[in-house]
Amino acid sequence: MSKTLDDIRELIAPYNKKGVPVAPQTTFATDLEWDSLTVMDFVAEMEDHFDIIIPLNLLPDLETVGQVADAVEGLVEKRNG
Amino acid sequence: MADLFDKFDPMIKARDALGFEAASPIDVVMEEILSPTEAVIKGQRTILAGTNNYLGLTFDPRCVRAAHEALDAAGTGTTGSRVLNGTYSGHKALEAAIAGLYGTEHCLVFSTGFLANLASIGTLAGKDDVIVIDADSHASIYDACTMSGATIVRFKHNDPDDLDKRLRRLGGDARVLVVIEGLYSMLGDKAPMRELVEVKNCHGAALMVDEAHSIGVFGETGCGVAQEAGVMDQVEFMVGTFSKSVGTIGGYCVSNHPKFEILRLAARPYMFTASLPPSVVASALKAVEILGSEPQHRQKLWRNARQLHEGLSAAGFSLGAPASPVVAVKIPERATAVRLWEQLLQNGVYVNLAMPPATPQGLNLLRCSLSAAHTPEQVSTIVETFTRLARSNSVLAGSAA
Repeated sequence: MSKTLDDIRELIAPYNKKGVPVAPQTTFATDLEWDSLTVMDFVAEMEDHFDIIIPLNLLPDLETVGQVADAVEGLVEKRNG
Repeated sequence: MADLFDKFDPMIKARDALGFEAASPIDVVMEEILSPTEAVIKGQRTILAGTNNYLGLTFDPRCVRAAHEALDAAGTGTTGSRVLNGTYSGHKALEAAIAGLYGTEHCLVFSTGFLANLASIGTLAGKDDVIVIDADSHASIYDACTMSGATIVRFKHNDPDDLDKRLRRLGGDARVLVVIEGLYSMLGDKAPMRELVEVKNCHGAALMVDEAHSIGVFGETGCGVAQEAGVMDQVEFMVGTFSKSVGTIGGYCVSNHPKFEILRLAARPYMFTASLPPSVVASALKAVEILGSEPQHRQKLWRNARQLHEGLSAAGFSLGAPASPVVAVKIPERATAVRLWEQLLQNGVYVNLAMPPATPQGLNLLRCSLSAAHTPEQVSTIVETFTRLARSNSVLAGSAA
């Protein structure tokens, strides 16, 4: 499992109030039962952790933890040029 | 085919689970409006403490007379867009008055405050631009962002360091519009204006301040929080509404940008809707003159705001922010908030019940807004009613006397 995914799981933990097991296919809305505000706060945490910008425009396409990990890796690569 | 309304099932379920019994916030009817601070609701005389009528100008005889005269002289409506037949001399006079108040070259008047944000934010930023917004921004700002097609970035509420980090990550080549509000309407907290202006200056971003809840309330001539902070000349765009301190409906955006007037051709929420009726324009013009030249209304408003804030604090309530004309009482349990809201209404006090996602941090709020037109006795009654009902619902310690 990638380092990015591990980091994201750690960042999810404080928001994962029900202790739902987190896998790449875990969904934010259905499995973790996050509302839109929680998702946006979590995005801010990831931005700071990875030192990237995750535009809100991307959120509709990021339904699962795995999709987020891929997107973050892409944004980190882009930042590093 | 499937029912279009199926997607609302979770919302319907959530609404029904709130458990309103005696009344529901979306069904409140003002059967008779007695004054800026009193109405008849369900047959009962009720103190209005949740109307955003900050200066109490809705019944100011000068505003009412101006509206009457315009109605008689120019009719009930313009039936047209600002860019067709809907620009009357009143609209131009109102724009000139607001530009005069803010000391700017340009002012555009819109048909609502919501449209002012859609038109200005949604048009100023395009698909190759970036909008950086405060996390607690009003729905009209979020919707304007979506409409613009720009890249949308959110920074932590009222946090200049967080804004700084995000602007730094965006880099110097990005074209950025930062959008903040002067006073945030849910908790009644004010933006750290000087610090935020310093950060945006440092990165060369443009700043828009939405003074919807702060026009008439802050600053020497009531321009808002940026004026109070002494940085108005460093704010590129200021928007606001006529539906709060100005006491009617409509919105505006002011700027000194030399190309600003092109928005009259580019902003669809300006072009493709009918302009404000003459009577609304006339009362807005009068109210703008009053709020700029008569600080006594502002002083009275602040006296009332401090009285309510101090009274509720002393009673033991947890409040959203330091004293401002928005006083938000935090109620931990949602069911208790619902019950208290109903009981306040039954006991003759109308406030706003606010819940997530309209509120930040998952808070349930009984949100009060003050008016210059409240009397000290009315404010005392609000405090007493809150305290008595909170005790009987065990929100506050002490017996229900």
